[in-house]
Amino acid sequence: MSNVGIVIVSHSPLVAEGTADMVRQMVGDEVPLAWCGGNGHGGLGTDVEAIMGAIDKAWSEAGVAILVDLGGAETNSEMAVEMIGEPRAQKIIVCNAPIVEGAVMAATEASGGASLREVVATAHELSPS
Amino acid sequence: MSAETMDKVDLRALIIATADTIVAHAEELTALDQAIGDGDHGLNMKRGFEAVRTEADAFAAKPLPEALKAIGTKLVMTVGGASGPLFGTLFMALGKEISAEPDRANLAAAFGKAIEAVAARGKSQAGQKTMLDVLQPVHEALLQGKTAAEITDVAGRAADATVPMKALRGRASFLGDRSIGHMDPGARSVALLMRAVAETIEGH
Repeated sequence: MSNVGIVIVSHSPLVAEGTADMVRQMVGDEVPLAWCGGNGHGGLGTDVEAIMGAIDKAWSEAGVAILVDLGGAETNSEMAVEMIGEPRAQKIIVCNAPIVEGAVMAATEASGGASLREVVATAHELSPS
Repeated sequence: MSAETMDKVDLRALIIATADTIVAHAEELTALDQAIGDGDHGLNMKRGFEAVRTEADAFAAKPLPEALKAIGTKLVMTVGGASGPLFGTLFMALGKEISAEPDRANLAAAFGKAIEAVAARGKSQAGQKTMLDVLQPVHEALLQGKTAAEITDVAGRAADATVPMKALRGRASFLGDRSIGHMDPGARSVALLMRAVAETIEGH
């Protein structure tokens, strides 16, 4: 698929999966989509390996936008991008946006074939700078 | 810690000593984190350092830079939370900058670069009630040529100095003024690691 992919990373698998459900229902299947949540030991948290897996799953040559919830999700997502390394890392951006609204808006933009930069910009518009 | 003793220190002993101290203090770290964070710091760090200890022989068989990078990667993958990438980055960046047989100058320079990497990863700086508030004074002590015992002392006092600070980064920052009066768990972890390293080097 040539559309930008969307990855949802929450501390809670329920929030991540629910957000992905909303994206699927509101935007459809035109966007590569993956989610992860939880610390890998049954508790709340985020896991670098799981994030790397989600990026692989939602991978698109057009790039991947990641939507996160609280601090650790952002830090772990940035770590995952670094560990994936170039050349793919330059096509992966962690968005500064609320996770649910950001995921839906970014996916909507991506479904129309927008570039990674445009998709990320749409998500960022939701955050008061 | 003189330049001469650096390359003679047993890497495996360092790994075991640092892992043991984190495991032994896991409950204390968790208690600190329950006061101002989400209460998982001790458990997370214990899981990560137990994983490192299990593979101590394999890490110790590598040249120092490769060993530190591998330990950092292991911590990233096993600690979880925000501490995983932060402590993992500390070790990974140290491994990138340090030489196989570092003298004091190389160690201090590499440590400085590693702190910069941690600050970038956490988008933080010293003075915000984080692990950086211990790393920074330790770096200065390294540059000043202080002994291992003196560095342990510097690290311990730096961790204590986070008690009256107001948290400006991480989960504790959500508490605002209520974060004042508690020691930062990340700062305490760094102080514990520094003491274990210093005691291992001194006891050599």
